[in-house]
Order: sequence, then structure tokens, then C-alpha cells
Amino acid sequence: MADTLTLAWRQYRLERRLFWRNPSAAFFNFLLPLLFLAFFGAIFHSNQHELNVIVPGIAGMSVMSTTFTALAYNMVFLRERGVLKRIRGTPMPGISYLLGIAGNAVTNTAVQIAIITVAGRAFFGIGWPRDVLELIVFVAAGVVCFASLGVAFSHAIPNFESTPAYVNAVFLPVILVSGVFFDPAHTPGFMKGIAEALPLYHLISGLSGAMVKGTSLAANISALGVIAAWALLGIALAVRGFSWEARRS
Amino acid sequence: MTRGAFAIEVKNLYKRYGDFDAVRGIDFEVLSGQVFGLLGPNGAGKTTTVEILEGYRHRTGGDVEVLGFDPGERPRELRARTGIVLQSTGLYSHIRVREALEHFATMYPHPRDVGEVIELTGLQGKERSTTRTLSGGQLRRLDLALALVGDPELIFLDEPTTGFDPAARRGAWDTIRSLKELGKTVLLTTHYLDEAQELADRVAIIKDGRILTEGAPRELRPTGGSALYRVAYRNGDGMLVECETDDPTALLHELTSAALARGERLEGLTVTRPTLEDIYLELTAAGEPAVSPPDEQPAVSTAPERGDG
Repeated sequence: MADTLTLAWRQYRLERRLFWRNPSAAFFNFLLPLLFLAFFGAIFHSNQHELNVIVPGIAGMSVMSTTFTALAYNMVFLRERGVLKRIRGTPMPGISYLLGIAGNAVTNTAVQIAIITVAGRAFFGIGWPRDVLELIVFVAAGVVCFASLGVAFSHAIPNFESTPAYVNAVFLPVILVSGVFFDPAHTPGFMKGIAEALPLYHLISGLSGAMVKGTSLAANISALGVIAAWALLGIALAVRGFSWEARRS
Repeated sequence: MTRGAFAIEVKNLYKRYGDFDAVRGIDFEVLSGQVFGLLGPNGAGKTTTVEILEGYRHRTGGDVEVLGFDPGERPRELRARTGIVLQSTGLYSHIRVREALEHFATMYPHPRDVGEVIELTGLQGKERSTTRTLSGGQLRRLDLALALVGDPELIFLDEPTTGFDPAARRGAWDTIRSLKELGKTVLLTTHYLDEAQELADRVAIIKDGRILTEGAPRELRPTGGSALYRVAYRNGDGMLVECETDDPTALLHELTSAALARGERLEGLTVTRPTLEDIYLELTAAGEPAVSPPDEQPAVSTAPERGDG
């Protein structure tokens, strides 16, 4: 067990080093949400109501992009390029490797949430989070949910070349419909219905409660329930379809 | 786990995908310290067989032991004592050569010195290069280096020199020979018959999921009655005559004394042994298997002279 964790830690350290060495990964997984924050922050700088929507919205989007998007990309790359197969031939336990990969994604989530929290306080008049525990609970639930959905979604992507198309076909509609950039209370009923069926809407509700509104965890418990249901589905599909080998064409 | 004389034992191995029988009952053994070559055309069942031995696939039937373990159970100790070079494995694009080797070394209980492995595989001067800047041949050498860094007893090499220039191939051959000198067991699959002839102590030729023949490359003969030597000459009419025999001394005596009695010469007389390539091509040719009927007499065939020479 100690050995399994030591190997996971070493893999994690390697993943961190390589993450920063790959400029496109660093940009899309890291800088893009922060650029969105700066951009929309600048547009709405005089409208506190909009800022109260945008900051938790961008935080929710960051959770999704650092886990769902990043892991879908990574898992397809690792599978199709034969890295998973090579690792499977070594004595490293598979779980150590996957922990290292997941740890890398979660680190990006944590750093982004920290940056967004600080920016919310410093530039966007949000103040410090009303309920830090609630923030941690929702970020953690969002990470588990979107990480497992990202791994599950990677199983549906046939090759690395088509990964951006597949990932964006999910990511862009979900962030638009779930109210990252606007208050979903003002959207037509059918859009709100779609949003309410998806986990990101509920993650943003929870983050908004924790960061801005101060609604308690107990009041947001149904949102947590929806995220947990998606997480269970994601975990089941991630495990079920997992393959260490490239798809045969 | 006791270490027997055999590093690998395969008995009546069977693998079925859906309703396709990829491997249909093959048997072979690899002695510890031996280089064993597995040859065959694409789709013959080589890769399926090797991947079962490596623990990537489950067999449908038969018994397999690798270093005394059942690879189907994927024991960690077996993976620690085995090095694998596959054709279809890749690496991170932004990892450096030395960094990759150092990282993989930490996965094994008794790794080799990374500098030594870099030297052995000829990657000196590339230690700081990222994999995306390496050539195909250099990547292949890194594959080999990564398989060796755990200091394995048994090494699986799947087409280890594909994409190498001739000098790099010689270098890789020297590396494989040095592994043998260290007492390592090597299971080699290759398309290059000269490579098998050069490196392997024993080879098995596999086609349609069955082993057609197995033995030392120099003693290998086609199945059935085909013989070890070919004797060829031109008869009095200028026709090329080819005979096969296991006993060239007796055959030559017979042929030359008959010719002398007729007052003729055996023009262009040659005695050759079929190369591994001849045998391979004969065995794996499309159509029915190349089995000549068992015959005590040397089989003689005449072929008309081609062109005027």
C-alpha cells in the first residue's frame, strides 16, 4: 500500500512537470478560464449583480475544464498512443498511475478555484467565500463527478485526432446552457429544464451559495444530490468501458 | 517461485476471438538464457501469442508458464522480472530521455543504472532531448532502454529493429547479444529473417495459429521430407537439375561417378543449404502447406534453363 502511494506520488510529480512543459495543455486547462474571468470581469465591472453570477459560473466552468475536458483529452491520448499499454507492462499498479493522472487534474482545479476566489475578493467585490466548507464540498463533488464523466466520455472517443470535436461538442453547450455567463433565472423554461438536468448547473448553484449568497449546504442539498447521481453514473461508465489499449480500427 | 530450466512453457495454447481462432493449439518451450525467435506472416498469431505471455490477453485454452507464473493472473513479481518492447506503445511527448528512464527505474525493485542503459542502447547525447524530437530509430532504442531499465530476466522484443538504418540494426543486434551474455532470456518476434538467423538460438515459424516448424535456425527444415541440402548442376543438355538430400557426400559420390562413367561433367555444380528465408517462404507460401512426401530417394526435379544466361 505504501509502495502504491509512493509510486502514485512519483507519477503525480512527473505529470506536474510535464504539464507545464506542454504549452497548449497549460493554456487550455489553465489560462483560458482565467482569461474568461478577466474578460467578463472587465465587461461587467460596474454591475455587481452580473459579477455575482459570473464569478461562481467561471469557478464551475473551471472545475469542468480541469477535470472533464482535461481527462477526456489525456485518457484518449494515453490510450491511443500506447502509454497506458506500456504502463500496464510494468510492475507499477494501475491504480498508482491513475491516481497520479487524477491528482494532476485535481491540482489544476484547486489552483484555479484559489485564483478565482482571490480575484473575486480583490477585483470583483465578491468578498471571501461565505461558507468555506460548502465551497470545499461542492468543489470536491464537482471534481469527482466531472473527472469520472471525463474518463467515461474518453471511452466514446475513437481516436486522438477527433478528441477536440467530441469534447467541445459537450463542453460548449453545457457551459452555455448551465449559466456560466448569465443568470439562468432569465432564460426560457426549456433551457432551464435542460440545465437543471445537468450537473454543472447544480455545481454553479452550490458554488454561488458558498461564494456569494451564503445559502447553507443544507439548503443546497438537492443540488449536491444531482451532482452525486451524475458522479455515480460517471464512475460506473468510467470503470465499465475502461481499456488499456488503443481502439482497433 | 522456483526457477526451472524453462523460462517459458506453452502447452496447447488456444485463443479465440469471437468465432475466429487466432491461435490453434501451439506448444513450445524457451530455455532460460536462450534467444527464441517467433517468425510468421502478419496475422499468423505471433502477437496474440506474445501478448498472452506478457499478460495483456487471456487465453481461451491451454497452459502457459512464464518464469514459473501464470501470466493470465498478472502477478506483479512477474512484471518486475520481465521487460517488454511492444510495437504499439508510445510515451509522453514532452518527457526527456533520461527523465523517462529514471522514472521507469523507480517502478522496479532492482533497476539497472540509468547511465549504463543509455550507453547500452546508444542514446548518449540524447539524454536531455524530449521524445517528440527523437527520430523513429531513436524512439525504438528508447523503447528498448525502457524495457531494460528494470534489469529483467526475460525480455519480450516485438520487431525491435523496425525502422532502423543498417548501422543501427547492427548496434541493436550487439545489444541483444550482450543481453544473452548476461544470461537473459529473449523472446524475439521479427519480420527480418536475417535477424532471426543472426540472433536466435531457436526459432519457430507460425502461420494460421499453428507452429509449422521449430528448431535451431541452421538445422531448420521444412515439415515432412524436405532435406537439409540442395545440390544443383546442369546436365548434358544444359538443363538445371536440383536434388535435395540430407547426405550430400553420398549423393555427390553417386552423381559424380555416374557422370564420369558417361564421360560428362557436372557443369555449375553447387551444394547449398536453404537459408532460413528459403524455408520461411516455402512454409508460409499461400495455398497448401509445403510438405513433400517422405521419400528415401533424393527428390530430383528438373527445370528448363531460363534465358541464355
